[in-house]
Amino acid sequence: MSAQPKKGAFSGIADAIVQVGACSLFLLQVLAAIPASFRHFRETVRQIWFTGAMSLVIIMTCGLFVGMVLGLQLYYVLSIFGGTAALGTVVSLSLYRELGPVVTALLFAGRAGTSITAEIGLMRATDQLSAMEMMAVDPLAYVAAPRFVAGVIAMPLLACVFNALGIFGAHLVGVSWLGLDNGTFWSNMTSSVDVWKDVINGVWKSVAFGAVVSLIAVFQGYTTAPTSEGVAYATTRTVVFSSIVVLALDFVMTAFLM
Amino acid sequence: MAQRRSYQFGSGLFILLGFAALAYLATQTTSIANFRQGDSYTLKARFTNVGQLKLRAPVKVAGVRIGSVESVDVDPSKLDAKVTLSIDKRYNEIPDDSSAAIFTSGLLGDQYVGIQPGGSPEMFKEGDEFVLTQSSMQLEDLIGKFLVNGSPSSKPADAGASGDHPSEPANPSSSKP
Repeated sequence: MSAQPKKGAFSGIADAIVQVGACSLFLLQVLAAIPASFRHFRETVRQIWFTGAMSLVIIMTCGLFVGMVLGLQLYYVLSIFGGTAALGTVVSLSLYRELGPVVTALLFAGRAGTSITAEIGLMRATDQLSAMEMMAVDPLAYVAAPRFVAGVIAMPLLACVFNALGIFGAHLVGVSWLGLDNGTFWSNMTSSVDVWKDVINGVWKSVAFGAVVSLIAVFQGYTTAPTSEGVAYATTRTVVFSSIVVLALDFVMTAFLM
Repeated sequence: MAQRRSYQFGSGLFILLGFAALAYLATQTTSIANFRQGDSYTLKARFTNVGQLKLRAPVKVAGVRIGSVESVDVDPSKLDAKVTLSIDKRYNEIPDDSSAAIFTSGLLGDQYVGIQPGGSPEMFKEGDEFVLTQSSMQLEDLIGKFLVNGSPSSKPADAGASGDHPSEPANPSSSKP
């Protein structure tokens, strides 16, 4: 696709529509292949290990720093209004409702999405997928579906770890360094954060983001042009498209989940 | 085989860690942390105006939380607010002439039900109703009264300021816990 010469704006739009349609049909195919993928349950576990457990370090580090930055910035802003006691509330609400799911999804696209695309793309380029079909192994059930399911499972868990570390970072900055009262920090947080409206709301978001990011990653790898250049383009597109779709979907979901 | 075990162990550990983080967020940083509901009994109270009182708002004696608001309804015949309070079983020695009032924590904070203990030897039992209640202080009414003529005495105490018992006109200092 990327190698095609430019044919004007119309065909560009048509290409984009084709991509969206192909991606939706691919989603249906993957969903249909999920029951068959339970026979390759080990593969799903291995993908959870690879996309989830191996992403923990970067997620935890980033969560800690995002929390610390939020703590510093919001402390400064709130101190203008004399409301530094609300630091815990503001940090936790912004993490649970917004930053946790979104930043985790962007990191997840960069850390796990790219490697999924590159791996499947290379399988495509070296005809491993065709070889599987020859051996009567459905590549959708053995390659695509386990990675998709693993992404959907791993993303919310990663987002929760991110949030927890973020709260820890904000507590570190606000209470340990800037001298907020520990009790005020926690009691203001616990009195105004709701489980269903805030925490679970964020979990739903991250489930949706996990599905979107892993779908795009698997789709781009699966449909890549079978050349080294094609794999490179596909990997780039995974990051670009996932970021755009995650941020757009975030707006839509926020509007609906309010 | 050893490698397979290691990644299974890794993903198991990851999933446990993820759920532990979720459980921590859900229980320790949300309103559930304030919501240790053990055995409890219910008391009722009627108010002419509950203001912004919400479900699960705290019920306090001497500023200490002893329970929460279970429901807020309108009595269809009397057209006043019927508030059901769920009180922790440990605090079962509240005199039955105690009074309930709706206070605001801070100037603009959340509202809660404060119980002023009375001196009766009889204690409240399950389902009893407060005889003495005081409705929530309406900040707008107060401001209105002071704006009109600087003194609250010229205007009769009405809706927002008084409850079932005839009380003196709104006293601003009593709105603070």
